Amino acid sequence: MYKIDTQIIAQKIKRAIDKISCEVEPSCRVALKKAYEIEQNETAKFALKVMNDNIDLAASEHRPVCQDTGMVVVFVEIGKEVILAGKLLQDAVDEAVEEAYVTLRKSVLDPVTRINTKTNTPAVVHTSYVEGSDVKVEIMLKGFGSENMSKVYLLNPAQGLEEAKRLIVETAKVAGSNPCPPVILGVGLGGTLEKACIMSKHALFRKIGSNNPIQHLDELERELLAKINELGIGAQGFGGKTSALGVFIESYPTHISSLPVAINVLCHCSRSCEFVIDGAKEGIYVSD
Amino acid sequence: MSVIKLTLPLSKEAMKNLKVGDMVQLDGDMLVFRDAGHKRLYQSILDGNQAFDYAGETIYFMGPCPARNGEVLGSAGPTTSCRMDKYTPYMLDHGLSAQIGKGKRDEASIEAFKRNGCVYFAAIGGAGAIYSKCIQKAEVLYFEDLGTEAVRRITVKDFPVVVAIDSQGKSIY
Repeated sequence: MYKIDTQIIAQKIKRAIDKISCEVEPSCRVALKKAYEIEQNETAKFALKVMNDNIDLAASEHRPVCQDTGMVVVFVEIGKEVILAGKLLQDAVDEAVEEAYVTLRKSVLDPVTRINTKTNTPAVVHTSYVEGSDVKVEIMLKGFGSENMSKVYLLNPAQGLEEAKRLIVETAKVAGSNPCPPVILGVGLGGTLEKACIMSKHALFRKIGSNNPIQHLDELERELLAKINELGIGAQGFGGKTSALGVFIESYPTHISSLPVAINVLCHCSRSCEFVIDGAKEGIYVSD
Repeated sequence: MSVIKLTLPLSKEAMKNLKVGDMVQLDGDMLVFRDAGHKRLYQSILDGNQAFDYAGETIYFMGPCPARNGEVLGSAGPTTSCRMDKYTPYMLDHGLSAQIGKGKRDEASIEAFKRNGCVYFAAIGGAGAIYSKCIQKAEVLYFEDLGTEAVRRITVKDFPVVVAIDSQGKSIY
């Protein structure tokens, strides 16, 4: 077994937040440059120029790319040969968030009183247990202009996949200009209500242009991306060729009575990254 | 692409000449506040004790990041405007000049822009660093306890926007 102090995870999370608040995820940057090159709608091209200039400026001058520095969402995969020591994982993550957000916008508040926590905490932390002796962390700063446009449906089997596809495209259409398009859609198909939602969030970590390893999901992603780009929403909703940069689907077996579909909308400023802590190198060996 | 340069506050005449889709660079002063600021201002009006005057002003829906690296204000892009639709017809009918935000508006707001000969500009969502660079001066005027949602006055230069609803009520969306 390898003992890893959660302080190590926290330090890396703090550095990651500092970086990704100012640097858009690389595959997203590439996709936006391409969207600018192929755009022919003059207003959308103007918007894409400002968007690309902004991303370059934010990275070169280390300024937050967007003022909505979001709520922090973290997925942590813990190897079964790892013992997490020190503070509870949630507490360690929250300390990292509080420190990192001193110079970022603090957008998190109590849903009833609307009183701001003034630290951007708590973060939303998802954990799972896997083989091995590593801890893998995926972290995202999630803006809420796009989060607010997300949807979840519990369809019945008679409605089936065709209705799910229609609702995914409809979600992009209804969201329109609000989530700062071109958008990225994460889709969770199957499972239960919350499983579908969590999958839809996790799908947003996929790199733009990557293939889904499951062939029927890959085909579905391509079909949906093409349909959404035919909507003509375009950059900032000004019209044009690129309404979405990617549609990414995760699936899970579901109940005979249902087809859960969750659609999580992400703006064009994808701010996420991942890192791995190798227990054998950064942890302390302890005998079983 | 041709860009129109304008100085705030905008006259009714200047707004009349703007057409949907026009690309504009704004100079001058605007008020900045968003959800919580609007809610509190509107409540003060309902209570018969209006917190502050906005006649002739342009309101930018935005909640900034803290300033750093010698900035006047941190990242400062627009937030989603439709959340302010509830307050918009009343405010336009009572002297508000223009609004700046992002995204589509409801029918009642579009009608109010048309009825009052006012304009809604779309700033480029997500472009927080660019907009921060356009800000030359910033101060908190009201509701300081709201933090990023406090009411500010900012002075901007070469602030890029697109006419999203013109004074004829035509919308880009």
